[in-house]
Amino acid sequence: MTAQDFKSDQYVRFCPGCGDHAIVMALTKAMAEIGIPRHQTAVISGIGCSSRMPHYINTYGFNTIHGRGAAIATGLKTSHPELTVWQMTGDGDCLAIGGNHFIHSLRRNIDINVCLFNNRIYGLTKGQYSPTSPKGFVSKSSPFGTVERPFRPAELVFGARGTFFARTVDVDMPTTVDCLVSAAKHKGTSVVECLVNCVIFNNGAHSYISSKDDRAEHAVILRHGEPMIFGKEHDKGLVLENGELKVVKIGENGITQADILVHDAHCQDDTLHKKLALMSAPDFPIALGVIRDVEEETYDEAVNRQIKQVQEKSSIRTFDQLIGTLEHWEI
Amino acid sequence: MTNVVIRFCGDSGDGMQLTGTLFSNLSAILGNEISSFPDFPAEIRAPQGTLGGVSALQINVGSEKVYTPGDKADVLVAMNPAALKVNARNIKPHGVLLFDTDSFNEQDLQKAMYKTDNPFTELGLSETIQLVPIAFSALTKASLADSSMDNKSILRCKNMFALGVVCWLFDRPLEKAIHFLGNKFAKKPELLKANTKVITDGYNYASNLHLNINQFVVAQSQELPHGSYTSIAGNKAAAFGLIAAAEKAGKKLFLGSYPITPATDIMQELAARKDVGVMVVQAEDEISGVCLAIGASFGGDLAVTSTSGPGLSLKSEAIGLAVMAELPLVVIDVQRGGPSTGMPTKTEQTDLQQALYGRSGECPCVVIAASTPDNCFDYAYQAAKIALENMTPVIMLSDTYLANGTSLWKLPKLSELPEIQPQSVPQELKNHYNPALRDPQTCIRYGAFAGMEGYEHRNMGLERDNQTGAISTNPQNHAQMVANRQNKVNQIANKIPQLEIQGDANADVVLVGWGSTEGHLKAAQQELHKQGKSVALVHFNYIQPLPSNTYKVLTKFKNIVVCELNSGQFANYLRNYLYEHSQGNLPQVCQYNKVEGQPFTVGEIVDFINSKF
Repeated sequence: MTAQDFKSDQYVRFCPGCGDHAIVMALTKAMAEIGIPRHQTAVISGIGCSSRMPHYINTYGFNTIHGRGAAIATGLKTSHPELTVWQMTGDGDCLAIGGNHFIHSLRRNIDINVCLFNNRIYGLTKGQYSPTSPKGFVSKSSPFGTVERPFRPAELVFGARGTFFARTVDVDMPTTVDCLVSAAKHKGTSVVECLVNCVIFNNGAHSYISSKDDRAEHAVILRHGEPMIFGKEHDKGLVLENGELKVVKIGENGITQADILVHDAHCQDDTLHKKLALMSAPDFPIALGVIRDVEEETYDEAVNRQIKQVQEKSSIRTFDQLIGTLEHWEI
Repeated sequence: MTNVVIRFCGDSGDGMQLTGTLFSNLSAILGNEISSFPDFPAEIRAPQGTLGGVSALQINVGSEKVYTPGDKADVLVAMNPAALKVNARNIKPHGVLLFDTDSFNEQDLQKAMYKTDNPFTELGLSETIQLVPIAFSALTKASLADSSMDNKSILRCKNMFALGVVCWLFDRPLEKAIHFLGNKFAKKPELLKANTKVITDGYNYASNLHLNINQFVVAQSQELPHGSYTSIAGNKAAAFGLIAAAEKAGKKLFLGSYPITPATDIMQELAARKDVGVMVVQAEDEISGVCLAIGASFGGDLAVTSTSGPGLSLKSEAIGLAVMAELPLVVIDVQRGGPSTGMPTKTEQTDLQQALYGRSGECPCVVIAASTPDNCFDYAYQAAKIALENMTPVIMLSDTYLANGTSLWKLPKLSELPEIQPQSVPQELKNHYNPALRDPQTCIRYGAFAGMEGYEHRNMGLERDNQTGAISTNPQNHAQMVANRQNKVNQIANKIPQLEIQGDANADVVLVGWGSTEGHLKAAQQELHKQGKSVALVHFNYIQPLPSNTYKVLTKFKNIVVCELNSGQFANYLRNYLYEHSQGNLPQVCQYNKVEGQPFTVGEIVDFINSKF
């Protein structure tokens, strides 16, 4: 199967230049690479620009109601673990109105793949600040700047005991495809934060890492088992000093490549994953790639296992047998 | 006697629910008709001996069909002064009052806030009430004097002493009661031994003393068809109805739910039924509960959510999604006293309008209502059948009275239940399917579910083109789709039973009810008949759509009296319906309403009709 097989016949209605176009492309590529048949794949969404995605993907799709994609995806996956279930969501859909379902899907570790499109703005309602807009952000609903502190999605994921977190940016197709494929392979709730650009209402929100050159200097792409090196000249790296991350230059002060931290995405302890995910400009590069990927039993596995175990021990199989076990008498 | 009403009341720690349930089962096993209803406090453990902690269970035992737990008790068993105070209004003027003399002391009278030391006079109890003082506590202690149990545990057995006395009073054989205790305490041999000893001593005490009261003899009912029976509460019956429907339809049963009084038992009952493959997810909130179910329905399950009024409010938007996406969904709303938190443990029929109209847009779904604890089984089964066959959400209304009340239930066999043929998709639509395609005759859209090869499609809460299934904002298309969704629901009127007239079909007055009031209305109709008043009864279980002969049936009567436990929600709905279907004759609809968190009493309905007609 090719990416084309996963594209539906619907005209993609994202604004010209919107970062979401790239995610359609990346998702169909990832689906082709994963190779799960179309009928065994379901794409569930809520409401918002991101939630239009199911219409463009030629699998089972369900564009539901605002914030509830995670709950609907959880119901489908728990009952039908044989399906590969994707949830398409945005910073408003996922972190504002759908915040409760988001943290609880992570807590349960239901095996769904969450693409969280973070453009730090409400696009479909035409430009209000979102839970990820930076403090002071001026928008139609915050003409004097917001006074709220934003969420950092990674913190919610770790706080809710998430087992998978990756980050990518719309313009970096290979990393996006990598993250989506890894998310699909991970058993449990996989969250891929896709930093996407809203050309109309929040253009340049991720400009710090948008151009190829800027990205080389300002982002570190983490790969399990590889040293955390970045920079146009591959001359910068991350080390731990007194328990804190620090940027160093290879070749200066006696630092060699051997001193650079090697990424361990499978480490159960999330302390370092959290530090990496929360790195911010200007002192640190933005972490992209798969930051955390650890194994734990998934909710759908556990629910279905428990049912099977009870059934193996019980002699009751049918309704007639079941009501026969009620205390009853003949009249 | 054709029927006797007994009411057990005591502190919520006194085991009154168990005592009453045992007595109820004991009567049922002897071939009596039964109907029971508990009245327990909202507090889990109110301070002992206080008015807030009183728990009661009332049982109507009959040799003929009993329709209600009875208005007032012939026998009241009161374990403490607080219980007597709360339940004094529930005893008949010539009733028998058994009470624990050990608890009628100064301290307990104070806790129950009596102002004098004569509780009977203070409560204004009729002098014709026969007082039977028994030292339940002291006698129980004496009975277990040789036991190694501590004092507190011994006193916990006093409810069995009371049950022993009551068993003698009603001539119920002890062996059966001890058999039930054996099941109850199967894993606690010491408790079984103690309770068996106490109930036996209680029985013998009453028998030896020949308590100066007449025994009650309620003969075996001759009306019951032969078969296996149990006594069942409405919530449990509803859970079994869903299990039966899933097996009959060949579907997996999936419940997404969030704990809420008085609906929680449905979830708990189903969570225990993994043996028959039921899948239950306890959600993070009410909205998630219904959304989980919608997700499972998208995958082809029999998907259900259970809730009460406040939860139904939260689920509104998602039920709208299921209407729009035309997915099967069963919503069980066990109504309670509202609005808002209201009175969570009390009964009311105040969610009807919410069930009918509580969604955005033109959003019709099917609404049905159970009317006895045991027929919660049948209507949960019907809700599932209608949802699966018609690709629509169905809201089934129950309430606290049905949920916690019990009635006798003849165990059904799956083979005897109506067939369920879930809507599916014709083979020739493989690779050409879209979710707008519907059966041209029935207006029901074809059902294809995630996982089926060759039927991949996109569903949504957005309006869709009636041909291609793609997003559409075309004005004519929207009008067409609104009509399609309404037609589909309207056509269900042809698949449900016709309305029947009970009682005198030629009467001038017809009592009209829906849902859980059926028993009280039936008993009132029969009582009025006995008094020589000709009255008919028409009772509704199917509300949206109404049975197709509704207009024809109701316009036979000069006076229509809609009786319901709200301010007139069904009456208004019916007025509107009769107006829409009017063929010249538009009858007056009058109302009898009660919004007190309590069921009707038969007496008040009879009095109302007598005062008006």
